[in-house]
This record gives sequence, structure tokens and C-alpha cells, in this order.
Amino acid sequence: MTLLALLGDYTLQKVAIGAALLGLISGVLGSFAVLRKQSLLGDTLSHAALPGVCLGFIIAGGRELGSILTGALVTGTLAALTMLLLTRMSRLKTDAALGVALSVFFAVGVVLLTYIQGGNNASQGGLDSFLFGQAAATLTSDLWVMATITAIALALVTVLWKEFKLVSFDPEFAACSGLPVILLEATMTVMIALAVVVGLQMVGVVLMAAMIIAPAVAARQWTKRLEHMVLLAAAFGIVGGVCGAVISAMGPGLATGPLIILSLSLIVVVSLLLAPGRGFAWELYKLRRDRRTLRTQQVLTTLYRLARHHRDPAFRSDQGMVDAYHGTNTRRALQYLAGKGWVRFESPHAGDPATQPHWALTESGRHEAERILTELEGASR
Amino acid sequence: MITSLLDTFFNDIDLMIMLVGALVGIASSLVGTFLVLRGSSMLSDAIGHSIVFGIILVWLITHQTSGPWQILGAALTGLLTVFLSELLINTRKVKADAAIGLVFPVLFSLGILLINLYASDVHIDAHTVLLGEIGFVWLDTLSIAGHDVPRAIVTMGSMTLINAAFIGLFYKELKLATFDAPLAKALGFAPGILFYVLLLLTSGTAVAAFDAVGAVLFVAFVIVPPSAAYLLTDRLWLMFLYGALISVASSISGYYLAVWWDVSIGGMMAVMTGVFLALAFLFGPRYGMAAQWFRRRQQRALNDSRTLAVHLYNHEGGPEQDVENVTQALREHLLWSSSRANRVVERSCQRQLITLQGERLALTETGRYLAREILEPGQHNNR
Repeated sequence: MTLLALLGDYTLQKVAIGAALLGLISGVLGSFAVLRKQSLLGDTLSHAALPGVCLGFIIAGGRELGSILTGALVTGTLAALTMLLLTRMSRLKTDAALGVALSVFFAVGVVLLTYIQGGNNASQGGLDSFLFGQAAATLTSDLWVMATITAIALALVTVLWKEFKLVSFDPEFAACSGLPVILLEATMTVMIALAVVVGLQMVGVVLMAAMIIAPAVAARQWTKRLEHMVLLAAAFGIVGGVCGAVISAMGPGLATGPLIILSLSLIVVVSLLLAPGRGFAWELYKLRRDRRTLRTQQVLTTLYRLARHHRDPAFRSDQGMVDAYHGTNTRRALQYLAGKGWVRFESPHAGDPATQPHWALTESGRHEAERILTELEGASR
Repeated sequence: MITSLLDTFFNDIDLMIMLVGALVGIASSLVGTFLVLRGSSMLSDAIGHSIVFGIILVWLITHQTSGPWQILGAALTGLLTVFLSELLINTRKVKADAAIGLVFPVLFSLGILLINLYASDVHIDAHTVLLGEIGFVWLDTLSIAGHDVPRAIVTMGSMTLINAAFIGLFYKELKLATFDAPLAKALGFAPGILFYVLLLLTSGTAVAAFDAVGAVLFVAFVIVPPSAAYLLTDRLWLMFLYGALISVASSISGYYLAVWWDVSIGGMMAVMTGVFLALAFLFGPRYGMAAQWFRRRQQRALNDSRTLAVHLYNHEGGPEQDVENVTQALREHLLWSSSRANRVVERSCQRQLITLQGERLALTETGRYLAREILEPGQHNNR
């Protein structure tokens, strides 16, 4: 199937729209979770959605998305509360509380899952899919549910933007200014559960953790502002989601969930490497530039000090002497300085025993050296 | 005689399943104790997920899922997750929690894709990956000295022994590295290497337990029993003991409940570890909610008696003594409800801090001493 034919495919369109919705909501909400160092909360909440899915199934008596998602939301929230209770009221640390809530809730889900399957319910087959998601089975009605949840979450973020921002960056100050911090934090946690609920159909409970974290981490690389980070994370989420959906449509056995996660992870890798300012490539470039600047500044001030010592502004320093002074070859640094017009190349005098080239400061070079030295003195004072 | 006894033992399906469950729990909680104490429990979650990639990779290469080399090979993926996460953390671009949550889904996704593409016809399907098949462990047997021993018993048993041997050999070093890593480093114990070996053992345990309980339920066996034990005791060796006991109890109770309700055995065992954690949380001897509540209540009662004693002492012998030192005055001056005032008076009488002289409350010698100790601490030791 060619790409064009693929894009016209009705199933793919639905999957792509679903994946885009998921990318949008998890990008936006994940930004706050990552900034608040609650990345693994998404992991716990998504695993804890499983018993809710089963309970919703049992109560509704069939695979009805509305009640299943409500169940997931309820047990996800319960798991968050359990975690909070354990960290506040016992000596367990956050990581253990997260792990306990994750594994025990998931185990309850497994028990309920097998209970439903043991009951020989006709539509049980669809339930397994919530473990890994079953994007291809997305119905148009599912999309409407997902779109509604996404819209609610986005509206909440818009309305409570200032409050969320303050609570994410400075909860103490937020509490001092009279904001209901605990209520806001609870709201943010429930909203992560909302994102998990949207993700159930697409990537399943096991892979939701990366869905929450990856777009936010990638976006953080490119910007320092929360506004831009949230928008970028949403964009990355959408791109990753759609890419995963399209690739998975190319052949059998290519599960949508894992491919969405892998696409997003690729975006993370590229961002970590290439983002200006924080990327590795950028840092490497900056490191080299700083090193060169330092080296040339050292050589320049050496020439200046030599000239001062000899009370001769046009003192000609022997290249070998400058090398010995710095313990390395300084020819490149001197050539760079010459390029800047700060030093002047002078060929050795006729009859001079030294064969090495000589270098002298220019007028502007002397000013530059004086500027550097005063700057250094200022810094050391 | 012994042979037939052993055969009966190994052919007892119920017993074999419970034994595998208990061994998974003991082996996991041995390593889990250190993870919980170090505050890196969620690494077990990352390891549990990412070994899926290792297992399928090893299967693609050797077409075997069991055997010591296969376990080691797959376990290395667990270590790879930890290594990659630490690499990410060390760049200081990504926080620790986010780094862990970024790496393992990638390996897990790759694992699931490989299973779907190349191994969908073998017994590792995506469903087993998550839930395990502890109910069928007795089907896969090894012949040892003429006996058919379930393979899971052999692998989990060896894993338990290896973990126990490692902890036994390096008990002091591990203890020091867990509670005071800088000192361990200063003394030259290489806490980093010890920790990596511990994580390798965790991965190995995860791989060995994979067929029985799957990748996610494994997390319950690693984290929950040690966490429950941590709520019960401050002693490290007791944590191991409690962890093992909780594992055995969860395995037995989980098995019978699962059979009774006809649900997943591994899942029910994991749920039971959670139940035991809840019990420890509520009724633990020192850190449990009930104990804390009881202690607070006792403290409050003691404070009330002390307040009463000081109040009576302040007005003793004074002109307003008859007005102040009566139960009625406690309601007005100490703002106690009448039931609280009566309760405190009654309890103080019982403890012989005060006596009733008609309406008036009078301090006894003990009560007077108590009040003076509070008002002028340390002045009355010679009495």
C-alpha cells in the first residue's frame, strides 16, 4: 500500500486522530508532571487504571467505553490517594509508595480480568486490549469520548493556567499567597489520570508512562518558558502519535502503542542531541568555543605582559617563547588573534639567529588585552 | 521410600505452585529490601518491563528461554536500563524519575514489537509477558536424578540461593553501602559496584520469575513484602525474615483464594502481598496507624492529668482555692467539656494524683510533686 492510499484509509484516519488527541493531552499534562518531578506518577496511575477498566466492564455488563473510562479514572485516583496516604502517614518513601500502589492495583486488575474471563462473558476479548491498547479497533464514538475528555482537560489547564504554573514552580510561595495548593495538586493528579484514560485505547496501561514523560522532556530541551514548553510538548505528542499510527498501518504485527512510544522516544533523542542551548551538539560546540576563547585570551595577555615588561609597546615576541610560556603550540591561537587584527606577524630580523616568526601587539590588541585584564581583576575582586 | 516420597512431593501440583510463588517472593524480597531502603524501588518496575526485550532477543538468538546463560543474557537488559537511565541523569538534562520513565518503555516497546513480529507463535505472547502462568509451572519439568522436578522450582530455587548467598557474603558491605554510602566509599567498599551487582541479581530474578508471574506482577513481589517489613521493624535482618514470611503467607493464601474464586493465581498472590502491607500499615507494632493513634491518646491523657495537677497546685492554699479547685472550674477556666473534665478527674484519682475532699479537688503528695516537677524542673530530685 502506498503512503497516499494509506492516508485515505478510514481506519487509519481514526487511529491517527485518536493518537493525535492522546499526544495533545499527554503532552500538555505531562509538562506539569515532569516539571513537578512526578513523572512516574503517570506510570502508577496507568497501571492502576486496569482494575477500573475491569470494574467498569463488570458494572456495565459489556465493553462500554464510557463506564470503562469512568472506572479507570476512579481507580487511578484511588491509587494516587493510596500513594499519598502511604507517604504522608507511614515511613515509606515516595518510590516505595509508588511501586506499592502500582503493583497492587495492577494485581487487583489482573485478578478482576481473569474473573471476567472465567465468567465466559461474550465480549471479554476486547478487555485484554487495554493492556497494550488496540488502536485499530477504535470506533468513531470512542473518538468523541476521547475528544471530550481532552477538551475538558485543556479547558481546565487554560482556566487554571496561572495557578498551575505557580504550584509547579514554587508551591511554598503559592501556599503563602493563599492558593489552595493541595486542591490544585490533586486536580493536576486527577488530570494525569484523565490523560491515562484517553491513552487506554491507544497505547494501553503499560506504556502510558512514556506518553506522559517523553513529549514534555523533549519540549523542555527547546525552551525555558512554560507556555512554549506546553505548546511544543503538545505538538511533539501529536507528531509522535500520528507517526506511530501511520507506521503501524504499514504491516501486520506492527502494534500501534509501541510504535507511538518509539516515535516519541526518537523525538526525545533528537531533542537531547540537537536542541539549541541544551542539546549535546550545542554544548559540545559551546565547550570548544569557550576553550578557544580562553586560549586566545591567555596568549593575548601574555603578549601584553611581555610588552609591558620590556617597556616596548611594539615588543616582538618570539613564537617559540610564547609556546614555552603556555606549554603548547600557540600558532593557531596567534593566527586567530591576527585574524582579529589584535596581533601582527613580523618576520625575523635579518641576521637574527632565531628562525621562528615573531608577533607584536597592535594598537587595538593592546586595548583588548587591557579590557580583558581589567575584567579579570573586576571578577577576582 | 524416599524416592516415592519425593515423587509425591514433586507431583503435588498445589504444593508446587505455592512453592514457586513463595520462592519468587523470597528471592525478590531479598533484593527488594535494599531497593526499598535505598529509595530506588521504581528501578524494579523499569527492570521488570525491560527484560521483555532481553528475553525475546535471547529467544531469537538461541531459541531457548530457560537456562542459566539465557537468564544472564536477558538479565543484562535490565542492567542496561539502569545504565542508560543513569547516563541520562548524569547529563543533568533529565530528572531521575523522568529518565527511568523514558528508558524502559523504549525497551519494552521494542520487546513487544519483536514478539509480535517474530515470536507470536511461541509461548511468549504479549499477554503472558504481563501476567505470567504460574498455574502451569508444573507442566514444564526437568529430570533430576530420576525425578521430574518443575523447571520453575529449579530456576527460582537457584535464584533464591544465589541472592541469599550474595547478601550473606556481603551483608556488612551492603548494609553500610545502603545506610551510609559516603562512608562505604571512603572505606573502599565500592558501593556503586555492589549496587550494580544487586541490580543484576534483581534482573536475573525478574527473568527467572518471568514465566511464573510475568513482568509487572514481579514488581509487587519485589517492593511490597520489603515495604511491609519496613513498617514492622528497624532491624535489617528482621526485614529479610518478615519479607520472606509475608511472601510465603501471600503465596499460600493467594493460591487458595485464587482457586476458590477461579481467578489468576499470580495476581491473587500479588494482591495478598498488598493485603499484608495494609495490615502492617494499620496494625504494625510501632509505626502502625493503630499504635500511633493509641500512643497519641495516651499522651493526651497524660497531658490532661499534668495540666490538672498544675492548675490545682497554682491555686492550692490560695484565697480562691474553693472556687478554682472544683470540677466546675475546669470547664470554665481550662475550657474542658464536662465529660472531658470528669474523665480527667476520674483518671487522676485512679493514678492517685488527686483526692476528692467533698467538692474540692486536692493534690496528693505525688500530684504535688508532679506539678512542681513541671513548674521547676530538676529542683526536687532530693525528695
